Amino acid sequence: MRIEHIGVAEYIENARNDPEWVSEYYSVLFERIGKVEPEINSYITLADPEKAVKNAVESAKRKTTLAGLPVAVKDNISTKGMKTTCGSRILSNYVPPYDATAVRSIKEHGGVILGKTNLDEFAMGSTTETSFYGPTRNPWDLDRVPGGSSGGSAAAVAARIAPVSLGSDTGGSVRNPASFTGTVGFKPTYGVISRYGLIAYASSLDQIGIIGLSVEDIALLLDIVSGEDPRDSTSIAYPSAKSFYSSIKDGDRYLGDFKAVLVSEMWRGVDPDVNTVLKAVIGKLESNGLEVTEISIPEIEYALPTYYIIAMAEASSNLARYSGMLFGISKDPSGVDWVKYYSRIRGIGFGREVKRRIILGSYILSEGFFDQYYLKALKIRRLLKQRLVKVYGDHGFIISPTTPITAPRLGENIDDPLKLYALDVETVVANLVGGPSISVPAGFAGGLPVGLQITGPPLSDLDMLALAYRIEEIIGSGKTHAPPLG
Amino acid sequence: MRSIIGIELHIQVNRVGSKLFCSCPTNYYSAEANRNTCPVCLGLPGSLPVVNYSVIEKATRLALALSSRISGSLIFVRKHYFYPDLPKNYQISQYDRAGMVPFASGGYLDIGFGGSSKRIRIRRINIEEDPAKISYPEGDPLKSPYSLIDYNRSGMPLLEIVTEADMESSKEVRAFLEKILTLVDYLDICDPDLEGAFRVDANISIEGGERVEVKNIGSLRDVEKAINYELTRQRNIIRAGGSVKRETRHWDSARGVTVTSRAKEYEEDYRYFPDPDLPPIEITKEFIDNVSSNMPELPWVRAERFIESYGLSRYEANVLTSRRWLADYFENALKYYGNPSKLADLLINDFLGIVNEHGGSPRVVKGSPDKVGKLLSFLDRGVISIKILKQILPDVVLRDLDPEEIIRSRGLDVISDRSVIEKLVDEVFRENPKAVEDAKKNPKAINFLIGKVMAKTRGKAHPAIVREVVARKLRE
Ligand SMILES: [Zn+2]
Repeated sequence: MRIEHIGVAEYIENARNDPEWVSEYYSVLFERIGKVEPEINSYITLADPEKAVKNAVESAKRKTTLAGLPVAVKDNISTKGMKTTCGSRILSNYVPPYDATAVRSIKEHGGVILGKTNLDEFAMGSTTETSFYGPTRNPWDLDRVPGGSSGGSAAAVAARIAPVSLGSDTGGSVRNPASFTGTVGFKPTYGVISRYGLIAYASSLDQIGIIGLSVEDIALLLDIVSGEDPRDSTSIAYPSAKSFYSSIKDGDRYLGDFKAVLVSEMWRGVDPDVNTVLKAVIGKLESNGLEVTEISIPEIEYALPTYYIIAMAEASSNLARYSGMLFGISKDPSGVDWVKYYSRIRGIGFGREVKRRIILGSYILSEGFFDQYYLKALKIRRLLKQRLVKVYGDHGFIISPTTPITAPRLGENIDDPLKLYALDVETVVANLVGGPSISVPAGFAGGLPVGLQITGPPLSDLDMLALAYRIEEIIGSGKTHAPPLG
Repeated sequence: MRSIIGIELHIQVNRVGSKLFCSCPTNYYSAEANRNTCPVCLGLPGSLPVVNYSVIEKATRLALALSSRISGSLIFVRKHYFYPDLPKNYQISQYDRAGMVPFASGGYLDIGFGGSSKRIRIRRINIEEDPAKISYPEGDPLKSPYSLIDYNRSGMPLLEIVTEADMESSKEVRAFLEKILTLVDYLDICDPDLEGAFRVDANISIEGGERVEVKNIGSLRDVEKAINYELTRQRNIIRAGGSVKRETRHWDSARGVTVTSRAKEYEEDYRYFPDPDLPPIEITKEFIDNVSSNMPELPWVRAERFIESYGLSRYEANVLTSRRWLADYFENALKYYGNPSKLADLLINDFLGIVNEHGGSPRVVKGSPDKVGKLLSFLDRGVISIKILKQILPDVVLRDLDPEEIIRSRGLDVISDRSVIEKLVDEVFRENPKAVEDAKKNPKAINFLIGKVMAKTRGKAHPAIVREVVARKLRE
């Protein structure tokens, strides 16, 4: 069996028809993991193969919705009884006593958690290099980063050692690695997937997202993990009678039914090769009926600093709880007072990037700077949201590069925070306005994948997935090309 | 030297089913340490708070009763400080700063004091979560080699009430507190008699001097003691020509002194900001109207009613309405016994004495109000004496024994049969000839003979009849 082209839809169809096929699939999958994973380092923890197969076969026999589908889960999403480290030393021994709501939904529908994927420590980064467990490598070029922070989730799907995965997206952390690895990465409207159990980086921006090989696969899993959750006050019920999957399959919608707009500010500073690939794709879409216009949104220049002010402020608060008291690493506290003890645990437990953001965030929230930075950032955030809603009404979805460049080499950006943060310039807008955004594979530049990003205002998810599905029909999905591995 | 006092009072909302942001029960007092917890109140990574709406309803009741202005939007904020009792190292609270707003502001409570009434203004009311409880094996933190943390209390709902500095003595503060505690009992917010039901921080100064905050006062008795101690301390400093330093002090209940809190060497910056996990909740006029139309009778309204309808004194009405269960008990007993004044007297002087001897909690009261009513009517009908009544009252109150049953089985009914009493009087006269002679000359000596007759019946003889018979026989 070759599993390179088996996505969610194919898996479910095969598994429900023949539960025996499931055990064959799993053995090929684990064999491939054994071969490929040591080169890529996409997982921090893997499920026990025997237990996983047993669960999956049983689940297929019971004809559950997911029929034992293996799902890789980013290691900042809580899994009961399975270590959840956030890529940090401080949580290196933490085993959650509960499942995140999204994980629980997957299990309840017969899915199997295949493993926990690598990430930038506490999801703070765009390259998966700040992980305590070593960097993840890009399956297309092992000297390059897979993007981040959901780099493990994207690399595992790209390397075909997971058919689909959950990531989290605070400023592009699902879309950026999808773009660098030739996969589809979707961040829904804030609240569509419950955050309960997602270990917070920046609560008002964090959203669980899905990485897969096709839009269809994403819609299938989105139907399982979305929904209002009584445990998350910020979660919402998506207002639609139809499922995401059946709605994208709706044969009555054509590319010509959609409108798209290029925002000139989002094409500035884009690598010329990336630009060439994307403009060619857009030309192809236009010739297939998509109406494309171009506008300028000057305020969008403020998106990146606004994003970092809010993200760091919230991070400094969310990460206060890691003090070696109730969970995570601890030390013998005798002989020191609790202030010293906390400092010691946080000193050894957190990496440099995390410390940098905690310190900057604490500064932003402190007396005298709060109004100047935080309140001002919230104001810009509100303005951007209003603006995007209006742009959508007038011109349709915003189409842009997902990242201004293709995957950089390991170590290339990590030591320069400003260069590192600039990788997020295209993606943070969606998190600030709370709307959905998707990155779809749009071709290659210099042998490396290039992603095309679609961004819309809150609750435009259904239309966005339908558009992405039509685009995929024209330019091919992530399944079309597999990296030369194994 | 005029003293100026304002207080910050934290009331635990222990009369709702679950904690402020999770579904752990609020009734944790008998639970084993750290068992009444969940991922939310332990602050486990990834857990999220969800507001318990009944707490908002209770806070609204309090704001209405104190005539406070309720903000249209309820915004929870995070208050950051590292401390071992705070699992997230921030407390979810409310604050007054750009982008934030207290739950309610303004309002007042009038306290009756020294025969007149005084208005204490409320500055604000906030909803917040309680931290865990730290205990020290040796009592004193400095003497203990380690400390223990019990998270059962973590996440309990608190209402913070901050007053203006309108009080001038520890007695006024106590009167204010007693009235507020009665109020929250009536509003079904808090059982004020439960352990840890309230805590007080007091801002104390002498006119013209700096303000000192005294923290950590946990009982009404300590409130008076702590304030008096601190006022004396400040007056002594001023008399000696010094000036009071602005600082935070802790009340050391064991030693009865306030001590400088060394922990705060710098001005703490709590880095308040709106909690992104809790979207603002709109408090609509409909919601407030609905709460308002379902408000229980307020204690001061009930006290007035007791005075007017039952002819009680203000003192009696105040004592009986000080707790809702007691006022309910009184009114229920009245259905079985029609003399409010005698009933009030029994409840205040005897019944409450028994309850207080057993910890003061209404939970010790097992006997239903009709039984207490029955006892009083037996007294009125001469079936038992007041002495017998007091003797059996504890069994009725604490053990729910039936008064009729006790009287019958223990043979306690009053002897009012004249022929029996005449026989007894004759006996006593025979046994005490000298006393009889004395009594004939000195009418006051009659009490000795009456006492002897009563002793022979172990107090069961009807005293009025005994007196009458003895007097008649002395004249014969
Ligand atoms: Zn709890």
